[in-house]
Amino acid sequence: MIELSAEAATAIRAHGAAEYPEECCGALLGKAAGEEARVVRAEPLANIREDQRRRRFRIAPDEYRRMERLADAQGLELLGFYHSHPDHPAVPSDYDREHAFPFFHYVVMAVAAGKPGEVSSWVLADDRGGFRREPLVARITGRS
Amino acid sequence: MPTIHLPTPLRPHTGGAASVAVPARTVREALDALVKGYPALKRHLFDESGKLRSFVNIYKNDEDVRYLDRDRTPVAESDALSIIPSIAGGSPAAPETAAPPSLSNEEIRRYARHLIMPEVGMEGQTRLKAARVLAVGTGGLGSPLALYLAAAGVGTIGLVDFDVVDDSNLQRQVLFGSKDVGRRKLQAASERLRDVNANVRVVPYEERLTSENALAIVRDYDIVADGTDNFPTRYLVNDACVLTGKPNVYASIFRFEGQASVFWAAKGPCYRCLYAEPPPPGLVPSCAEGGVLGILPGLLGVIQATETIKLILGNGDPLIGRLLLVDALAMRFRELKLRKNPECVVCGPSPKVTKLIDYDSFCGIAPEAAAPPSGVPEITVEEFKARRDRGSATVLVDVREPHEWAISQFPESLKIPLGSLTQSLNRLSTADEIVVHCRTGGRSAKAVEILREAGFRKVWNLAGGINLWAERIDPRMAKY
Repeated sequence: MIELSAEAATAIRAHGAAEYPEECCGALLGKAAGEEARVVRAEPLANIREDQRRRRFRIAPDEYRRMERLADAQGLELLGFYHSHPDHPAVPSDYDREHAFPFFHYVVMAVAAGKPGEVSSWVLADDRGGFRREPLVARITGRS
Repeated sequence: MPTIHLPTPLRPHTGGAASVAVPARTVREALDALVKGYPALKRHLFDESGKLRSFVNIYKNDEDVRYLDRDRTPVAESDALSIIPSIAGGSPAAPETAAPPSLSNEEIRRYARHLIMPEVGMEGQTRLKAARVLAVGTGGLGSPLALYLAAAGVGTIGLVDFDVVDDSNLQRQVLFGSKDVGRRKLQAASERLRDVNANVRVVPYEERLTSENALAIVRDYDIVADGTDNFPTRYLVNDACVLTGKPNVYASIFRFEGQASVFWAAKGPCYRCLYAEPPPPGLVPSCAEGGVLGILPGLLGVIQATETIKLILGNGDPLIGRLLLVDALAMRFRELKLRKNPECVVCGPSPKVTKLIDYDSFCGIAPEAAAPPSGVPEITVEEFKARRDRGSATVLVDVREPHEWAISQFPESLKIPLGSLTQSLNRLSTADEIVVHCRTGGRSAKAVEILREAGFRKVWNLAGGINLWAERIDPRMAKY
């Protein structure tokens, strides 16, 4: 189960709408306890793909390292990543699964015709066999 | 001991440890030691064939080892290695769920002749705009194909080629002009296609299509058009299309003849159903060896473009299950029926080929192929010049075809085309010293083999052929 703070949920929706019709991507920072992850903040990152930007994203390795350090410095954990599916449902693609790691939470948001839509969260099975959808709670009002 | 820093998602496999110390002198040893200590990490770091997964990066201190010595990068006691995942993903390729693109007023004016046909119309034209077509090769076939697809408004055209434009390309590769000679093909092609239609997105892949990259490239497209001129790539394109479920719009050419078909395993046969095995190397000459009428790839490339556009529009009768044979000299078009081979190793019900293989070795090409058969005694053009200048009694045999003599020749040579050599052995004496030449040294190497098998001992192949002679010794002689 994953919970998005109001601040994180707003940031992800705004980022997805701003980058439309291209994909947006970013990191999820927060705290985990067992199966439960609480995302405190969403950190927008640059999509370094030069081609196919409407349906592909990639985050630079240096940015990944920066996120690990940022999480450390704030006493948080790097919980996973989010990205948008412009004009596609909020369901991970085979491409997403091939590039995924277990443990991380992958939040996917549909953006239809520029408007943020459904948000879902997925976790890779440890045998890399498939994604499992997990319950997601997006808070509407702030709670720090 | 050097340490390896792990990314958060892999730490559950090391009991939560962020770093692990490993006895190692190289990156490879460090990874091996890590996986040995924590076997559960293996499947996340390496694929089934034991190669590091493409999205796993290894850094030594602050540098990506890809830019050092990769696996063999040495690591010292104080070095810190980091495993850094490339985070990547994307939406599924399901064009039918995507909102169709709309056309601008400029596009509506541009495509007016399409829009007034009921078979295309606004719906068909937006389909063309949403379509993604990969052209493998931008040569004789790829040139007209890419030009017409761009003109027709195909939204995304991927181009795979790593060559440079050569003088000898211009006779048929109409994407390029004289000013492009010496330029990278994809750079020249992208400019030309943008000029034809700036609404089209051209995606260049300036690399050889290989078993490593083919699936990742092909997956991003709806249709693949094969315009390659060699068997390993042709089988590679076929298998990649079968494995990803894409249609393969195929054509091939030789001299005055061409073939075209649409191979689509979901709906009909694939290339392997037609040709299960490649011909032995050397049996079928390439266009570079045998020549090609410049306009022929134009004809066949336009047939490929037509089939591609029909598939996108979902209209008409595609060449699925049919092989079109074109004879430009007689100007006859014939058609053969093709059937799906139930025992096909790649598209049959129990396939043996389930991933991409080594196509060079499948086609019998050794890693350092292209060179003439080895073990044939050779003479360099410089040695041959010295011998000729000394007036040594050497018999020179030209095994090229008669129409090539008009381009360049040695006046004193004995002219015996390779095909008639075995019947003409009585014109040669085993007592003589014999030098054999052709255009670049390939056919003459075969001739030397034939002569040696027939008992000739004092026989040499002129390495590089008459073209190298023209280049190094006699610049007045034509090179072709």
